[in-house]
Amino acid sequence: MPRLLFCKTGDAVWMSHLDLMRVFQRSFKRAALPLTHTKGFNPRPSVSIALPLSVGVESVCELLDFDLEGEKIPCEEIKERLNGALVSGVRVLDCYEGGRKLRELALLSCVVTLEYDAGVSEGTVERLSGLFARESLVVEKKGKNGVTEQDIIPMIRSLCVVPVDGNTLELQAFICCQNPSLNPMQLAAAIERYLPDCKPDFVKCRRVDIYDNDEKCFR
Amino acid sequence: MTDLLQRILPTVQKPARYTGGEYNQVIKDPADVRVNVAFCFPDTYEIGMSNVGMRILYGVMNQMEGVWCQRVFAPWGDMEQAMREHNLPLWALESRKPVKDFDMIAFTIGYEMCYTNILNMLSLAGVPLHASERKGLKNMVFAGGVCAFNPEPLADFIDFFSLGEGEDITEEILRLYDRAKAEEWTKDAFLLEVSKIQGVYVPSFYEHEYNADGTLERVTVTHGAPESVTKRIIEDLDNAYYPTKMIVPSTEIVHDRANLEVFRGCIRGCRFCQAGFSCRPVRKKSAKVLYRQAKETMENSGHNEVTLSSLSTSDYRELRELTDDMIPYCHDNNISLSVPSLRADNFSRELMERLQTVRKSGLTFAPEAGTQRLRDVINKSLTEEEILTTCTNAFAGGWNNVKLYFMLGLPTETDEDVLGIAELVYKVIQTWKENAVNKKRGLRVHVATAFFVPKPHTPFQWEKQITQEEYLRRCKLLKSHFYSKSIEYDYHESDLSHLEAVMARGDRRLCPVIEEAAKLGARLDGWDEYFRYDLWQEAFRKCGVDTAFYTTRGYGEDEHLAWDSIDVGVTKDFLLRERHRAYEEKVTPDCRHGCAGCGANKLLQEVECDA
Repeated sequence: MPRLLFCKTGDAVWMSHLDLMRVFQRSFKRAALPLTHTKGFNPRPSVSIALPLSVGVESVCELLDFDLEGEKIPCEEIKERLNGALVSGVRVLDCYEGGRKLRELALLSCVVTLEYDAGVSEGTVERLSGLFARESLVVEKKGKNGVTEQDIIPMIRSLCVVPVDGNTLELQAFICCQNPSLNPMQLAAAIERYLPDCKPDFVKCRRVDIYDNDEKCFR
Repeated sequence: MTDLLQRILPTVQKPARYTGGEYNQVIKDPADVRVNVAFCFPDTYEIGMSNVGMRILYGVMNQMEGVWCQRVFAPWGDMEQAMREHNLPLWALESRKPVKDFDMIAFTIGYEMCYTNILNMLSLAGVPLHASERKGLKNMVFAGGVCAFNPEPLADFIDFFSLGEGEDITEEILRLYDRAKAEEWTKDAFLLEVSKIQGVYVPSFYEHEYNADGTLERVTVTHGAPESVTKRIIEDLDNAYYPTKMIVPSTEIVHDRANLEVFRGCIRGCRFCQAGFSCRPVRKKSAKVLYRQAKETMENSGHNEVTLSSLSTSDYRELRELTDDMIPYCHDNNISLSVPSLRADNFSRELMERLQTVRKSGLTFAPEAGTQRLRDVINKSLTEEEILTTCTNAFAGGWNNVKLYFMLGLPTETDEDVLGIAELVYKVIQTWKENAVNKKRGLRVHVATAFFVPKPHTPFQWEKQITQEEYLRRCKLLKSHFYSKSIEYDYHESDLSHLEAVMARGDRRLCPVIEEAAKLGARLDGWDEYFRYDLWQEAFRKCGVDTAFYTTRGYGEDEHLAWDSIDVGVTKDFLLRERHRAYEEKVTPDCRHGCAGCGANKLLQEVECDA
């Protein structure tokens, strides 16, 4: 099955995972690239996206597997035709055959941006660094079965707090994204819970790249 | 630093509906734009983007040089709250520019229950609500859509109305505005000129006076405006502008599919139906043109579903030719074709079988009334035999699910008619028992009753609406006669239909009521989660308006009606004749079995009525 590496940035981040699936299905059709369909009473086009992205999160490392009907079309051409048919904010960066098995995908590098409207207070960098250096950090996790507690420390491989400007800090983190997976926004939730006076006025998040368990880039 | 909107978006439901950026949205260079139009749909994005009229007019305006039309929708409650908290004024999706910076603000109004949304959107935009408070050319507010056929409840707020089909008139209006802006006309000068365009109604040029009993005494026409304004129509649909590059929403909307309008008007004459009369005369579109437009639309949108729409698609003369072309095309391209509003005739039954995408759940009838007598009164030509024959075939073919739609409170309705609904439902159940191939799965009959709302420009425009108590009594009576577990019965909210009736035949004395209701917080009235009848009751009380005047009173045949200044083509004499035939329980055959002389054909100059 061929695979796409794509980004979802700008206003496209507000689309949900299901929205994005539909956008791709329609884009393939507009690009005259006929997707194969699942068999059954309600045939569905065969596209699947590796790690569903939360609404509002940006990414430059999304993977999508698909399957086309008919004669083989060169990957480079698929990429170009899709990019001519996609919506703004969603761009195919690469298209290739023979991607790795998705179950080998394990880690994610991401950036969580913390915005402080009144400026970053002195000592915040050190306090945040200290927080994420703790032995355990239990954060509430909202799931299908209500709210549960989750220790996020075992899922953080590394994390550094980087000042960007007087109002902005970045958490540059390397975290688990599959079995188990950590939603990067939980890093901000930990700050709110344990260092309420360091709570930022606004948080946004960006996926940067994905890796296997040996920290090798995953494609 | 992240801007305000981007900070609000993560906090609201379905943020993608507020950002624009969809495929095929139109972006222009502001330097090339002389007339900026904020095209407002007074309901949410999901509803508005499903509206075919809005999509056509978006295309019409944006193909004009020097004009940029951008979309605006009503925000959901959570977004409205955030906007008010942070003083974020209502914006247009394409450029994110505030609506108050636009030259023209256009509304398309399809449903009475969105009137408060219009005011709420103007208020969120920071634009004065009253036409008289907007002094210059800027922020010229105009409106069209079916509700413009009785524009009076909105007369205080809208500068002018555009009546009928908008393809041509909208262009004429914008050209005039373009000139007015370049030559720096006053607002009065513009309104005077625009009132000369056929189909434009400027409410401030019509003065309404009332009798002591509250009825309309006279309408005085000023500024040389026409005595009555005749709606516009497109005569030649094959050559009319039709956008095949439509916006493809990135997030789910109500009707998430391509839509192909096969013809306009209706040959049926159901006496309660506003669209059936106000959309006349019948004009066809050829199957060849439709097929070409369908293919282009599908290729440009990537949709996997297309629907053939009209008021009664079975009455489209070239339906066989069109479906003969469409079915193989859709099959080859994994597109599902849906053909709603088919009648229960033989060809339709055959067609339903050919449409492989028809789910085994979809069998819907709208007999509207329970007895043949009452169906004759309302001129609904669906017979019990047709319903039962279709059910027989469908049940034998494996269908196990039927929906039946009725109205309660129709003119001349008695308890016998109400119970006739129960009888019909039992005959359907009996038919299933006799014909079903798979009885294990059981039968589900969904019955819904709506509360009859008399509408302007129909033969029932003079009728009384029954009281809410009486309506609910009839609902309960019916319910008490449903014993089978297969039946699921829903009836419409009586408050909403009562209010809809007030607005539908309302006059200018409702303007302050709508304003007051909006001020009290009424908005998104069409949505259960927001509809607050108590706010409306308070508004009526404060303004001293009795809703009975517009509903249970009924209107006199010699009464001057608030919407008499609007000519939709069908004559008042014809409507009156039809009303009398209704009381005589006389059916008027559909237009193909003899012209009933409705008068709408006088709107045609180039072509004949295609009824």
